[in-house]
Amino acid sequence: MPVNEKPTADASVPDGAVTERRKLLLDVDRRKFLQNGMSLGALTLLTGCDISDSDVVQRMFAQVSRWNSFVQGELFSRTKLAPEYPERMAVKDFRYNAWYQAPLAPVIQASQYKLELAGLIADKRPWTVRQLYALPQKSQVTRHVCVEGWSMIGKWTGTPLATFLDVVGADTTAKYVGFVCADGYYESIDMPTALHPQTIMAFQLSDQILPTKYGFPFKIRIPTKLGFKQPKFVTAIYVTNRNPGGFWVDRGYNWFSGI
Amino acid sequence: MRLQRAKPNPATHDIQEHPALVRIAHWLQALAIIVMIGSGWRIYNSSPIFGYYRFPLWATLGGDPMRSKIAHMDPGVANALNWHFTGMWLLLASYLLFMAHGSISGHFWKQLLPLRPRDVWRDFIAAATFRLPHRLGEYNAVQRFAYWGVLFCILMMFLTGLAIWKPVQLSPLTWLFGGYPTARVLHFLFMSAICLFMLVHVALVIIVPKTFVAMVFGRAAHAHPIQPKEPAPHAGE
Repeated sequence: MPVNEKPTADASVPDGAVTERRKLLLDVDRRKFLQNGMSLGALTLLTGCDISDSDVVQRMFAQVSRWNSFVQGELFSRTKLAPEYPERMAVKDFRYNAWYQAPLAPVIQASQYKLELAGLIADKRPWTVRQLYALPQKSQVTRHVCVEGWSMIGKWTGTPLATFLDVVGADTTAKYVGFVCADGYYESIDMPTALHPQTIMAFQLSDQILPTKYGFPFKIRIPTKLGFKQPKFVTAIYVTNRNPGGFWVDRGYNWFSGI
Repeated sequence: MRLQRAKPNPATHDIQEHPALVRIAHWLQALAIIVMIGSGWRIYNSSPIFGYYRFPLWATLGGDPMRSKIAHMDPGVANALNWHFTGMWLLLASYLLFMAHGSISGHFWKQLLPLRPRDVWRDFIAAATFRLPHRLGEYNAVQRFAYWGVLFCILMMFLTGLAIWKPVQLSPLTWLFGGYPTARVLHFLFMSAICLFMLVHVALVIIVPKTFVAMVFGRAAHAHPIQPKEPAPHAGE
């Protein structure tokens, strides 16, 4: 007798009963499927938290974020200006924002400060505060938008980054401009944004030399990007073709973060 | 004699049928909307619009705050933002699929129109006093209003969302919504409207579970007791 031969007991059962039973089985299966589906849904909802932290989801986020950066880069217009507001709308007491408390902000002595240049820049001689502040300057009253959702209109004054990059002979065909900061922060932006007329090295906020907590001696003010893309206490600028990432970017935030 | 399973007849049964495309688009939208709202609430919590009101953590999406503190130096905001800017593509795709199917198949025009304010009011009063009969596959005026309403709200979520995502590149759109801070509040209000819709929608599905069966399996029918209108001549057969 073949081993895998099935018992033939079923043969004695009338056809009708089998169909009936099969129907019943199908019904039960459906019910089970529904129940399982629902409990899976509930489980997903309740443990949604756990999914967020899983490696698979984090990898998916990284992929989608890269795609979103590409889309935003395509959407970015070199000539489209951020809306400017009347000066009276500029907030005088601008909100301080960083991952550490304001008193811990690095205190930079103007006499000791040097802005270092690196990468694809022809003239890498460092710059003093006095030299920087002697550059031609422009003012803008624009809205600062934080990734968290709050926003604030402020008045910033400084030199267009495009002008500075031109003066130091930067290779503006390169892809990225990177920044290193005195507080351990670092950021990088795409070249089109770096050359945007409203992207400035801001030396002043509300007509005052940038106070320590706002990033003395200067911050990069980019009204076409979210707040965290605008580094303070900049101590080095470099031009590169390798994406240098950024402090928050390397912690999961979108790199382009244009607005 | 075996009882024959009667073929559903529109006169004696009410039937709801959903093509596979509609079901897929419906559930993908449902998933995307849950992701968008859950992550949106976590993002909201990082900078509340209304005083100090924050959504309870369990209702938000963005992972374990303690783990995020280590991985992202935040209470799950990076995760929430990533969910939000991932979910938006899923919502966009499923919404377009749903809208395209509804328009092209004629479902929107045949089943969800006409929509007259007077009918909505009449059916609303009837529903509020529990006197509105429900037939599967038929949409009363309140339902029509609710479905058009939620489809409109999703559209407005896209537009207000774009207005606060790209207040510079799409500045005319942001201006149209009263500027960045106002657009942000509108984004919140349309979200609230969608939440209200979902509450009522789910409550009604619980009352009429066959609608759920129809949206999962594609078809559901309510059997009404057969009440012959005139005496059957061969009743004794």
